[in-house]
Amino acid sequence: MTAIEVRGLRKSYDDLVAVGGVDISVETGEVFALLGPNGAGKTTTVEILEGHRSADGGSISVLGFDPSTGGRAYRERIGIVLQQGAVERELSVREALSIYGGMYPRRLDADHLIDLVGLTEKADTRIKTLSGGQQRRLELALGLVGDPDLLFLDEPTTGFDPSARRQAWGILENLADLGKTILLTTHYMDEAQHLADRIAIIDSGTIVAEGTPETLGGRANGKSMIRFALPEGVGAEELPIPASTVDGAIVEVSAESATRALHELTTWAIAKDLELEQLQVTRPSLEDVYLELTDEH
Amino acid sequence: MSTDDLRRPSVASLVWQQFRYQNKVFWRTPIAAFFTIVFPLMLLVLFTAIFGNDEIENLGITTAQYFTPGLAVFAAVSATYTNLAIGTAIARDNGILKRIRGTPIPPWAYIAGRVASSVYLAFLAMVLMMAAGVVFYGVQIIARTLPAALLTFVVGVSCFAALGMLVAAISPNGDAAPAITNATLLPVAFISNIFFPLENPPRWMEIAGNFFPLKAFAEAFRDAFDPTLTGPQFHWPQIGYLALWGVVAGLLAIRFFRWEPSSGSTSRRRRRDEPQLETV
Repeated sequence: MTAIEVRGLRKSYDDLVAVGGVDISVETGEVFALLGPNGAGKTTTVEILEGHRSADGGSISVLGFDPSTGGRAYRERIGIVLQQGAVERELSVREALSIYGGMYPRRLDADHLIDLVGLTEKADTRIKTLSGGQQRRLELALGLVGDPDLLFLDEPTTGFDPSARRQAWGILENLADLGKTILLTTHYMDEAQHLADRIAIIDSGTIVAEGTPETLGGRANGKSMIRFALPEGVGAEELPIPASTVDGAIVEVSAESATRALHELTTWAIAKDLELEQLQVTRPSLEDVYLELTDEH
Repeated sequence: MSTDDLRRPSVASLVWQQFRYQNKVFWRTPIAAFFTIVFPLMLLVLFTAIFGNDEIENLGITTAQYFTPGLAVFAAVSATYTNLAIGTAIARDNGILKRIRGTPIPPWAYIAGRVASSVYLAFLAMVLMMAAGVVFYGVQIIARTLPAALLTFVVGVSCFAALGMLVAAISPNGDAAPAITNATLLPVAFISNIFFPLENPPRWMEIAGNFFPLKAFAEAFRDAFDPTLTGPQFHWPQIGYLALWGVVAGLLAIRFFRWEPSSGSTSRRRRRDEPQLETV
């Protein structure tokens, strides 16, 4: 079943095209990441899907609703974790969860949520005294309090320290295991790679690549790179396979089949009793793909 | 599965819940509680100490009998106009209103809870003021005119709640709201005979005083506590004028209300204060 079906989504602010014809399709239970640099159109896209903004054009169906007219029935089934969200600072964590939980027909137990996001010791603390990371975890709990079918996460770990990020990822993985559909935006590649079943890279308001973390941007069929230090007294022209780049003593060989190329190279080296120092085989990382696609190298 | 067959909370319970939670937030914000409840009482103590509590010559009533209802109106206006304007504008700056828009609570139910809380606090501030007047300064409460006092009060605070929401709607950010409320309420209070009755004010001052709704509110409410007057003291022209201001302000507030901070407001500033993030 499809949870989100978006075709030709467009949105402009005055002359600035924020989203210029985006197609997104997310299956129920899938974790889908919208990955892109700041200002790429991620937040605008998500805010349209959340019902915070209206689109200029395109067809949008989320859980069978048009978000701009879905109203209460739609909002009962989604959870939103805003990038810049906040709650009344004078309330305690438990009070906030009980008030927001009270708006939904279906709700998760406040204490259970507090444990889930690791705020057990802060349950009765005023929100204004929480650290930034703790407030973000409360945000996450507030996004979940209505037991949503679909959770929107806008940059969920921006500003987290590495351990808080790992912790948040753990929580999100648990949610995915429960079968929640999650749409997350991020500008961290490792986050998308770690959490998402599928990733779409968005840049300047359009989707430039889409796929699983393994296949994104033709990564599955991309060429491997074999790299090593040229043995002393050997010229690059003597290699059994032509080098694609030579940088001082370091040689790079680009190969369709890493197994075959490596076999040829090592057979040649053993026959000549040479040692291929610093030998490395690499495949293009998601980062390479991302940087190439978003033109930011 | 449709959520309709689940137990959806009633709108009345949502309004009630917001009402209780807004009250809780109010009492946990000492500065708001001080200016709404304590400060007007301090003014009463101060005025009676300065002017004495004798009969005011050309009015035929005591100082406290004159000032207490006026200060009760002032306190009620602080509770509605000032608190709603500042509280709502700050809630918008902080992203609370935006969060609310993403939840199932109908937007008007949220606003209704906020307004109801401010009206309740206005009522509380008024009762405390009148009680202080009765207990400490011998202010007389007249049973005959209580219905008029109550009606005037309800229409008056509704009018100022609408004006508070209008200021919240047009304030570019949470810093502007207190500036607007203070710059409007204090001068208008002076020309509306809240702090002392003006004797032979300049013509323009009288016109300005008559134009703004505070004087109508204060006069109609005060006359309901004037033992020298007879009759039920329903001041229909004043009550009608307050209602007119309230309806116009309410319609404009609805027209201009925003749920999201405007770009370049506090939220943008806050974003800059966050640690610099790596950009890819």
